[in-house]
Amino acid sequence: MISVKNLHKYFGDLEVLKGIDAEIKEQEVVCVIGPSGSGKSTFLRCLNLLEEVTSGQVTIDGEDLTDPSTDINKLRTKVGMVFQHFNLFPHKSVLENITLAPIKVKGLSQQEAKDAALSLLDKVGLADKADVYPDSLSGGQKQRVAIARALAMNPKVMLFDEPTSALDPELVGDVLQVMKDLAKEGMTMVVVTHEMGFAKEVGDRVIFMDEGIIQEEGDPEQVFDNPQNPRTQSFLSKIL
Amino acid sequence: MLDALMDSAYIKSLPFLWDGLKVTVGITAVGLFFGIIIGAIAGLGKLSKSRIIRAIWTVYVEVVRGTPILAQALFLYFGISEDLIGLNLDSFTAGVIAIAVNAGAYIAEIVRGAVYSIDKGQHEAGRSLGLSQKQTMRYIIWPQAFKRMIPPLGNQFVISLKDTSVFSVIAVHDLVYKAKQYYNITFEVFETLVMVCLLYLCITIPTALYLRRLERKLDV
Repeated sequence: MISVKNLHKYFGDLEVLKGIDAEIKEQEVVCVIGPSGSGKSTFLRCLNLLEEVTSGQVTIDGEDLTDPSTDINKLRTKVGMVFQHFNLFPHKSVLENITLAPIKVKGLSQQEAKDAALSLLDKVGLADKADVYPDSLSGGQKQRVAIARALAMNPKVMLFDEPTSALDPELVGDVLQVMKDLAKEGMTMVVVTHEMGFAKEVGDRVIFMDEGIIQEEGDPEQVFDNPQNPRTQSFLSKIL
Repeated sequence: MLDALMDSAYIKSLPFLWDGLKVTVGITAVGLFFGIIIGAIAGLGKLSKSRIIRAIWTVYVEVVRGTPILAQALFLYFGISEDLIGLNLDSFTAGVIAIAVNAGAYIAEIVRGAVYSIDKGQHEAGRSLGLSQKQTMRYIIWPQAFKRMIPPLGNQFVISLKDTSVFSVIAVHDLVYKAKQYYNITFEVFETLVMVCLLYLCITIPTALYLRRLERKLDV
């Protein structure tokens, strides 16, 4: 589904990604962990070109992102993104947040988009919030709306950039539950996270990144319980 | 006695000053209409990815903001239209152009600041959903930025309204020009100028009060 080959990313002179190779299969849930500044968010953002790729190749669903002739807007509709800070549109109601892109990009009618949005809101447990504005929602509710908004485009892959890091601890559970349900339905997911419990329980594979490269990857049990790389060992000992 | 006072110089100047006030408000309104268009173009130009476009609009903004509007009006009316291209611009039009060009530069900064102040995540969220750059600007960034522009635009209206008073030097028959004409005949200088100030305040104070209310309502 996603294939990354020798991905390099520079911010000016700073090399943030120093050659990443990764394959993510359909229906796989991959959790990316690592210390801050390790490049894990940048890696994720390269997967839908929110960051320009300096060199290397990223292929999603058979299409090369780095090829200038690729219609990036069209490709992005296949890749849903959930942000740490939700990034809901504050001037639009919850329903409008979800229906905007299906209407404007996919050309759905108001009614089609609304029906789809309401069933998604139901799925994330917020059917009663369709007409309120994001301001009146809690962080956890905002994030669930953001997930519904991304799902409204029927993406083939969902990218999560630290989706629970900005939430109060008691609100994390609801968001993780929605993500678990999504994983169970067979959604392909790449999740940058600090939730090791989630990575263990839901992840098919864990990637540990540090200093711009993948230091270690494998089954969650293997990486968490028996890390091979000293950096992984030291990182895990600090957080577990 | 108060009646006698009000009946005389103050009130009698009003019909004459009224004509000037209409010109003052007219120039401000028409000038700002074009100023907002220029400002929107210049403000977005300053946010452009192209260095050349950015440079052009930066020069415009800095030149206008760095020179007094009196000099700009004289330059436009006598310098360019009469001396350079020999055009006989009427002074009302010259005043409108001067306000448009002058306010345009300040509005450019208002537009740039408002668009720039919208969180980068809004843009990223739009693009990540597959919206194009244009669609993201139109449906997500502009509506939010516009809300933030309303209070400073109101402020610019008050500033531009007062700025028109210098156009008496290019023979615009605005409020100040009319006042001078009037007291040169009647010699009621004090009374006339009191009325001039009151007429300005009649517009600027309600505007300021309205803006304050609007700001609270918009919560910006």
